[in-house]
Amino acid sequence: MKRQEHTASAIEAIKALITGFATTFRHLFRKPITEQYPEYKRPLPARSRARIILTRDPDGGERCVACYLCSAVCPVSCISMQSAEKEDGRRYAAWFRINFARCIYCGLCEEACPTSAIQLTPEFENCEKDILTLVYEKKDLLVDHQGKEKEYNFYKYAGVATDVGKKGEHIKEERPVNVKSNLP
Amino acid sequence: MLTWIAGFTILIAKSGILLLFLLLLAAYLVWLERKFLARLQVRYGPNRAGKFGLLQPIADTIKMLTKEDIVPAAADRFIFLLAPAVVATTALMMFAVVPFGSHLTLFGRNVPLVITDLNVGLLYVFALSSLGVYGVAMGGWASNSKYSLLGGIRGAAQMISYELSLGLSLIPIVMLADSFSIVDIVNRQEKYPFILVQPLAFIIFMISAMAESKRIPFDLPEAENELGAGYHTEYSGIRFGLFFLGEYVHLQVLGALVAVLFLGGWRGPVLPAPLWLFIKIIFVALIMIWVRGTLPRLRYDQLMALGWKVLIPVALLNIMITGAVLLL
Repeated sequence: MKRQEHTASAIEAIKALITGFATTFRHLFRKPITEQYPEYKRPLPARSRARIILTRDPDGGERCVACYLCSAVCPVSCISMQSAEKEDGRRYAAWFRINFARCIYCGLCEEACPTSAIQLTPEFENCEKDILTLVYEKKDLLVDHQGKEKEYNFYKYAGVATDVGKKGEHIKEERPVNVKSNLP
Repeated sequence: MLTWIAGFTILIAKSGILLLFLLLLAAYLVWLERKFLARLQVRYGPNRAGKFGLLQPIADTIKMLTKEDIVPAAADRFIFLLAPAVVATTALMMFAVVPFGSHLTLFGRNVPLVITDLNVGLLYVFALSSLGVYGVAMGGWASNSKYSLLGGIRGAAQMISYELSLGLSLIPIVMLADSFSIVDIVNRQEKYPFILVQPLAFIIFMISAMAESKRIPFDLPEAENELGAGYHTEYSGIRFGLFFLGEYVHLQVLGALVAVLFLGGWRGPVLPAPLWLFIKIIFVALIMIWVRGTLPRLRYDQLMALGWKVLIPVALLNIMITGAVLLL
């Protein structure tokens, strides 16, 4: 009995060895599955997190309202800005700066942004020899498209009177009632 | 006097050419291994430096030569510096007895194509092979690091155990050839290579040789997932390079020994003798790389059990059978 078990396990071991060697030998004739990076760039998913941009709304206005939420939530404090206000009451960032040498591309700024202004893009090849060239100013960050959010225009929903809409003209907003006429 | 000087010059020239060839081959063996192993694993391997990555060994050599040679503060400085040289030189010196052709007639002189035809060539090889263990053990001990020490101890234990089966597996060859001289052993294989009559010895020798050269599946001394890099954890720059070189020269030597003892050495049709030896060495190296690409690392107790409980008894049995057949 014992001897039979030994023979069986020995035969099994030899079989396993042969299968193993045959498998690696077959792999010799397969085409390597390596993607050769600089020559072939794998298309990345649209929601990959890399270089940050500031998008515009469909009407071409800047989406950023300089609310500081992104800079507050940023775990490495790489976002800084100065808020300002236009004559019609619309807020914007007087200057906006992201230090990509610090950025960890966590995407928390994008999640915090109430206006979908700040967005991460799949474009990740932004290495520089001089670290200071990684500090991006507003002109480097601002783009002329809507990014991943095509429709949204914050000021059409905001309830704030601007050139986009006066009080009561926004989407899902009713005209302001005359409080005094509501008296019984 | 003149003949003495001429002989000496020829010896130096032979050694120089062989040394150059060995070092170049070692560098390109690394390239071959990386390339072949990559293909076994469905990768490309090095392909950036030069065509097919052929300049990779040169780039690696330059890198190792220019890197900082760090000696840890707690290390035993003298032994630490000496150990890599022991590994590299013993591996290189083993080639002195490997014949790479019969002989050449040069300026009316008969030049044998072997550095030296020792009548105990096989014993010389084993002696140097055992000395190589000292390099590993010394390097592991002198680094004064626990990983290195464990690697060194494992290396010493493993290589001593496998030296036994390595030696015992060759006794039948010596019995068949009636000589310890490697030149005589090759000459005896004029009609047929010894692998045909000693397949068992061949298998034992191959397994022991892989353990002796510390390659996967027997790379416990440098098991990178447990020991960092084992006995050469603390080494950097060209000293690490020497360990690396020693390992690949060892691979060549063992390939050459397999070729010389079992595959008929430099004998072969059509092509010149040294080329045949070269082809056989590369063939053995490719098989070893194939094994590396297939098998996982053995556990320490499995390694010891395989050496002491399987290979040595089988080798002894082989000796008895060969002896009985020779008597009849």
